Amino acid sequence: MAYVLILFPLLFAIVAAIWPSDRSRPWLVTTGAAGQAIAVLFAFQEKRIVGLGGWLVLDSAGKLVLGLTSTIFLVCALYAPTYLRQRSERPNAVFCACLLAFDAMLVVIAEAHHLGLMWVALEAATLCAAPLIYFNRNQRSLEATWKYLIIGSVGIALALLGSLFLAYSELQANLEPSLLFEDLLVQAPHLSKPWLHAAFVILFIGYGTKMGLAPMHTWKPDAYGEAPGIVGTMLAGGVTNCAFLAIVRFFGICHAAGDDQFARGLMMFMGLLSMAVAGTFIVGQRDYKRMLAYSSVEHMGILVVGISLGGVGVFGSLLHMINNGLTKAVLFLSAANIHRAFASKRVEDVSGALRRVPISGALFLCGFFAVTGSPPFGPFVSEFTIVRAAFASGRYGVAAIFLALLALVFVGMGSAVVGIVQGVPSARAEATPFRDEVGTVAPILFALALVLLLGLYLPAPLERLLVEVSTSLGGGAP
Amino acid sequence: MSKVVDPVLMLALLLNFYVVGTSRLHAVINGAALQGAALGILALLMHGVTPLAVLLACATIGIKGIAIPAMLRRAMREASIHREVEPYIDYVPSLIACAVGTGASFAFARGLPLAPQHVGSLLVPSSLATVATGFILLASRRKAITQAAGYLILENGVFIMGVGLLEAIPFLVEVGVLLDLFVGVFVMGIIIYHVNREFASLDTARLSNLKE
Repeated sequence: MAYVLILFPLLFAIVAAIWPSDRSRPWLVTTGAAGQAIAVLFAFQEKRIVGLGGWLVLDSAGKLVLGLTSTIFLVCALYAPTYLRQRSERPNAVFCACLLAFDAMLVVIAEAHHLGLMWVALEAATLCAAPLIYFNRNQRSLEATWKYLIIGSVGIALALLGSLFLAYSELQANLEPSLLFEDLLVQAPHLSKPWLHAAFVILFIGYGTKMGLAPMHTWKPDAYGEAPGIVGTMLAGGVTNCAFLAIVRFFGICHAAGDDQFARGLMMFMGLLSMAVAGTFIVGQRDYKRMLAYSSVEHMGILVVGISLGGVGVFGSLLHMINNGLTKAVLFLSAANIHRAFASKRVEDVSGALRRVPISGALFLCGFFAVTGSPPFGPFVSEFTIVRAAFASGRYGVAAIFLALLALVFVGMGSAVVGIVQGVPSARAEATPFRDEVGTVAPILFALALVLLLGLYLPAPLERLLVEVSTSLGGGAP
Repeated sequence: MSKVVDPVLMLALLLNFYVVGTSRLHAVINGAALQGAALGILALLMHGVTPLAVLLACATIGIKGIAIPAMLRRAMREASIHREVEPYIDYVPSLIACAVGTGASFAFARGLPLAPQHVGSLLVPSSLATVATGFILLASRRKAITQAAGYLILENGVFIMGVGLLEAIPFLVEVGVLLDLFVGVFVMGIIIYHVNREFASLDTARLSNLKE
């Protein structure tokens, strides 16, 4: 089963690469994603899946990320055929093949229990994403791709250095060197502390670059701004969460070593910094796709703040990973619809989205309310849980800054979103051929329904998984 | 052991200064290539002539020393540029930054306790210094090819640590790393080609449409 999950999308990637017809090829992505979703459902029935002699293990944390990325990939894959039909002027062989291969690499990361394998998969995912960002083949997307590649590569090189440092912390302590997470967790109390500290800092910066934490976030607005909505969704909901999973696993090692105070401090600082940077750039942002990128930076900050708070904050943070990922799918895909309807992603060129594309406009508005933490959507519950953790641990200052930054983002995003959805569409916007159709709104509606569901009710199996992971990291359950 | 290994690491450190101080792209690429090949020899010197070490040495020399530099040279020829012009940070300040980075690496490495077999060797400081050099090249140069070479040197620095840990890290992973690096620079090469075509230049300062 561990292999099926990986090989299935990979096989479809190969078929997509050699498939002759641009018209029917996108359906391979859909079929691949649907098949993968079914395989994931079967995999979830088992307590623990092991492959490659322990290098691949699907544990609770892996299940959370795997379930999330597979759902997001399914949403994107349902959206893809209509989108690519509308963009039939561009060949899509590379796009479809890379999208499937990219997804396969995300599955590897979710399952990887070997530091080296995890690294190789993340690097491979980065490389698969480069042609996806360059889909539009213009100067702007080229620039975004180059920045993404260079910054991502540096981050990933640092992640490798950090992995080696972690291995050295075993060597120096005269332990049998192993890069399996199981072994590292067992040996954690005996690891050489100076090396463990250095390793965590470097790993956090390296994987934090992939996650898009400030100040290593600079690739994000460019890549999300220029890439198609599907790619933005897969990056914001897929690869960033996989990088977060990696950081959570390293934090777990520090926790097992009984030495997590210093990791918490670093995470708290970087998390709040990311929220502050995102808030600053969201206010007055004139490009609504870049605005979503900064929203992603903000939410990555929220995730690490939640982990660093401990207690019920860990639970909130893991839940927020799922809520934020699904909400990003709503926002990026509906923004992509609006982008094509108005042929512009400047806030000043776009008004009256609710009239021009009523469903996409409404979805975008709902997505905005969800992502800024308004009830009754999922992110409200998870953000509230994180704030509760801050109050419970008596960190009122953190809670105050956290809430102030959330309010800042709400105001900043709100002023742009209101301008986009309300008013009267320009004559130029009326002239574009784009109309809402089932293929481009139904997948978004599905994602929004999940976000709403998670806000109203937390399914018991999901809650069990969240509690399991949270307690293993020293956190609590609500 | 540090007696045989340290000269190779010294060479790697000297090459750092060489690539930072030159404006000729050829020299930068050759410096990075020679450094990569030296790492292959390092694997043999540290671990003896075992099948694993020989395989890793061959893969390292082949990929870091020959294949990737050849790709970068080709990109250079196609774009017909030979020199770095007006770097963001000039050569002398970059050399000083490189010296400061090297010094800081030695100072930082002193604070980290070493395993018995590495005591007194330059392994950790030279790794960190080479990573720092890669950073300096990436941040201070305008040409896409120099930036790719900078990434290569940064990766060399990481690899110095990797060679020291050959027993700890499975061979498969080391080769996976090399392969990823190869594909990574390959993709960069493709993008460089497109940058050259779209902008009629390899100057990354032209890539400045996207900003706040």
